[in-house]
Amino acid sequence: MTDKIARTRPETFFSDRFNVTPGLMERLLGDSLAGRVDDADIYLEYRINEELVLEENVVKKASRHVSQGAGVRAQSGARTGYAHTDELSLHNLEEAARQARAIADRSGGSGVVAVAGRGRPHDLYTLAEPPIVTELARKLDLMRRIDAACRAADPRIAQVIVSLTSEEVVMLIATATGWTVGDVRPLTRLNVTAIAEEGTKREIGGFGGGGRVPFDFYLEAERWKRFASEAARQATLKLSAVDAPAGAMTVVLGPGWPGILLHEAIGHGLEGDFNRKGVSAFAGRVGQKVASELVTVVDDGTIANRRGSLNVDDEGTPTRRNVLIEKGILRGYMQDRLNARLMGEAPTGNGRRESYAHPPMPRMTNTFMLAGQDDPRDILRSVKHGLYAVNFGGGQVDITSGKFVFSASEAYLIEDGEVTKPVKGATLIGNGPDALTHVSRVGNDLALDEGVGTCGKDGQSVPVGVGLPTIRLDAMTVGGTAI
Amino acid sequence: MSGADVTLLTDVLKRATARGATAADGFLIEEQSFSASVRLGQVDTVTHSREQRLALRVFAGRASAAASTSDLSRESLERVVDEATALARVTAEDPHAGLPDAADLVEHVPDLGLEDQEGPEPTPEQKIELARRAEAAALAADPRITNSEGAEYFDRRARYAYATSHGFARGYSTSSFGLTVSPVASTDGEMQRDSWYTYTRRRRALEDVESVGRTAAARALRRLGARKVKTAEVPVIFDPDTAASLLRSLAGAASGPSLYRRASFLLERLGTRVAAPAVTIVDDGLLPGALGSRPFDGEGLATRRTVLVGEGKLESYLLDTYSGRKLALPSTHHASRDGAGVSVGTTNLMLLAGTTPPDELIGSVKNGLYVTELIGFGINGVTGDYSRGAAGLWIEDGRLAFPVEEVTVAGNLLEMFDRIDGIGSDLVLRDRVAAPTLKIARMVVAGD
Repeated sequence: MTDKIARTRPETFFSDRFNVTPGLMERLLGDSLAGRVDDADIYLEYRINEELVLEENVVKKASRHVSQGAGVRAQSGARTGYAHTDELSLHNLEEAARQARAIADRSGGSGVVAVAGRGRPHDLYTLAEPPIVTELARKLDLMRRIDAACRAADPRIAQVIVSLTSEEVVMLIATATGWTVGDVRPLTRLNVTAIAEEGTKREIGGFGGGGRVPFDFYLEAERWKRFASEAARQATLKLSAVDAPAGAMTVVLGPGWPGILLHEAIGHGLEGDFNRKGVSAFAGRVGQKVASELVTVVDDGTIANRRGSLNVDDEGTPTRRNVLIEKGILRGYMQDRLNARLMGEAPTGNGRRESYAHPPMPRMTNTFMLAGQDDPRDILRSVKHGLYAVNFGGGQVDITSGKFVFSASEAYLIEDGEVTKPVKGATLIGNGPDALTHVSRVGNDLALDEGVGTCGKDGQSVPVGVGLPTIRLDAMTVGGTAI
Repeated sequence: MSGADVTLLTDVLKRATARGATAADGFLIEEQSFSASVRLGQVDTVTHSREQRLALRVFAGRASAAASTSDLSRESLERVVDEATALARVTAEDPHAGLPDAADLVEHVPDLGLEDQEGPEPTPEQKIELARRAEAAALAADPRITNSEGAEYFDRRARYAYATSHGFARGYSTSSFGLTVSPVASTDGEMQRDSWYTYTRRRRALEDVESVGRTAAARALRRLGARKVKTAEVPVIFDPDTAASLLRSLAGAASGPSLYRRASFLLERLGTRVAAPAVTIVDDGLLPGALGSRPFDGEGLATRRTVLVGEGKLESYLLDTYSGRKLALPSTHHASRDGAGVSVGTTNLMLLAGTTPPDELIGSVKNGLYVTELIGFGINGVTGDYSRGAAGLWIEDGRLAFPVEEVTVAGNLLEMFDRIDGIGSDLVLRDRVAAPTLKIARMVVAGD
């Protein structure tokens, strides 16, 4: 029953299946688009997504979704014409090309075709058995074992929800500069949610992970057991949580997923579109000090098998490791082709889109801070009174004012250098351009997250990664209720 | 909706039953949309799109599975049916799974006026001009409006069809039109952005675009000079847009899936007081021409007006057939369908207006926060614990004194709804969820 797209080559996939040949794409770009625009491309995509949900140890949801389509883009100056269709027929592609080009015709495009940031694509996630083709029976069996392990971890666990999603995307992009590049992208994510009950109190905990990895990833080193016990631990821990403190204080962030700090505080503000338009709090600040000298932050799309990694971005530019902040100094922005061209910079491999139905934008891949020298235990011991936050929910940022939030889901009070009581969830709020200037200690324990991040921008969601060593922030506002 | 679409659906359902499904339903969406953004007077991005999706749910006895595709070719549809029926065979029996009883299906599908049929269709240039005029009005409003994230016009026309293997087959069409403007104000190196919008089912109902631009400019301007305030427990007033977000959280906790998973702070609260006695919240899917209206729900059940909270008492949950059966309650006809599957969703969700003008609510506060924007995800649906980033204006002696940013507001949703001691007279249904200005007696505002 499985649609075996996994071993296909993207270059032949669309011509075999839909009769959209490289020659046809070239002709659409040539006849309709080239010469009158600054840049143009056609993006083809085929996606299979499978979602399994186990609740009360019963499969509550088993679904499989297929989508396909093409997006045609023409750019002239700062203008973009974009048209997409989910019917990969010649007629529809021609119509899409005509609609996309209309924008360029109106502006009298310069006819200069941008030099593409061409380079060798990576090979970061070729899998012998992609997760989408793994037998359902094996997946469901593991999900049942996770349910049992989570319940066995603590008698107060009243409800367990296990979800497993697997996806495979085949994409092919042809540009007006005459090159075609494709990619086959596997992705999977396993999530465990536990509800704990004690008397009239109820709490929720969750844990998960994944990446561009095979299903067996979850079995390695009994990772699945850790996901199950972590979800149970977080739910039960919160049953005894006290009110979180309110106000400005010292905050220590644990390693890994708390790296969402970087994603919100500086990441979005360093995306090329906001800076080209001058609406980011970081606009015009390259070369300036925006963080303590202990801080070096990179965005790296080239780490094998990571959720945020890509061989090439969604404009065909190979991904790379981009240094955003080096020893506190702002080094550069993340760019797609449009914003790179308009700012006179090189594309950085950060042009991403949710699907064929969306035009690309500058987006993050895997964003993390490099390790420092300190022993994490010493960092905690250095704090007289503060908050130690080790797990987070989501975050958000106002690009223009620079104000950002991220919400702690597991946090503790620090009293006289000791980690003491767990506190209820609380939102932390800060100002992006100066938040990292308050970093006074950086641990030697850099960790990347488990592979759960999804970033939303302008209604488009893409998978991303973050990472952080243990760090101490001398001032941050904690949004609890205990005054 | 043309007969062809319903025929396509009923053919798919026939194939599913031929493949061994004991019951099935299908949902088909076809949509066409257009958007155009303008920035600093220049066209930025113009997008045309055409999409379609068929979503299928099949039952093998009491086991079920779902599948969907955007490829409506014969081979693709056959593959989808085969995959869904095969999936259903591997999932476990669930005694609550199944279609609603045929007897409960809607008989008379009301015409709610959800589709604008007035012609002629404006050209893309005319639509772009609306965005240009809206942005120009924002830029001209004040010399401190120095930049812009742009203005965007969008429209969307969609056709839906729903059919079941027990004989239901109906469709309807909708249209929607909208415009948003996001100007940037600055002084002395400080930048602030805000936005304003108009969103309707009928083109002619769109607000005057220049006035939308001026409102957006005024919202950005009033944020200039924003500062943090000292941490304190004070009265907090939510403006209509931020108050509406509190309703969304309450509706999430009242929805069937949150309840049967025991992941809701409204668990076992039906019939009890969950808000101040002045609070009444309704979900009305029958309002003519409203954005959240629909002639029937995602399972073919008649749309209704549901009182969720009546004078402070929780009077109803929000249920589809499945979550209703799980909770031993009838569906409240809140099944919502998208391209992926069935969920629970509200229609037009509103907290009914009080009698106090919003100025009087502000006037009643000696020291407090007027919230105009909330960011972040700090809401725990299981406990109701609430902590979000906020921006707005500080109230001093009954007046809006200065703008505030980089603070949080925190409490617990049940306590917050219980402590509502002022409801504005300013309810306007601008979107699918709406509330008047709300005053909450006290919350913790964290800052310096």
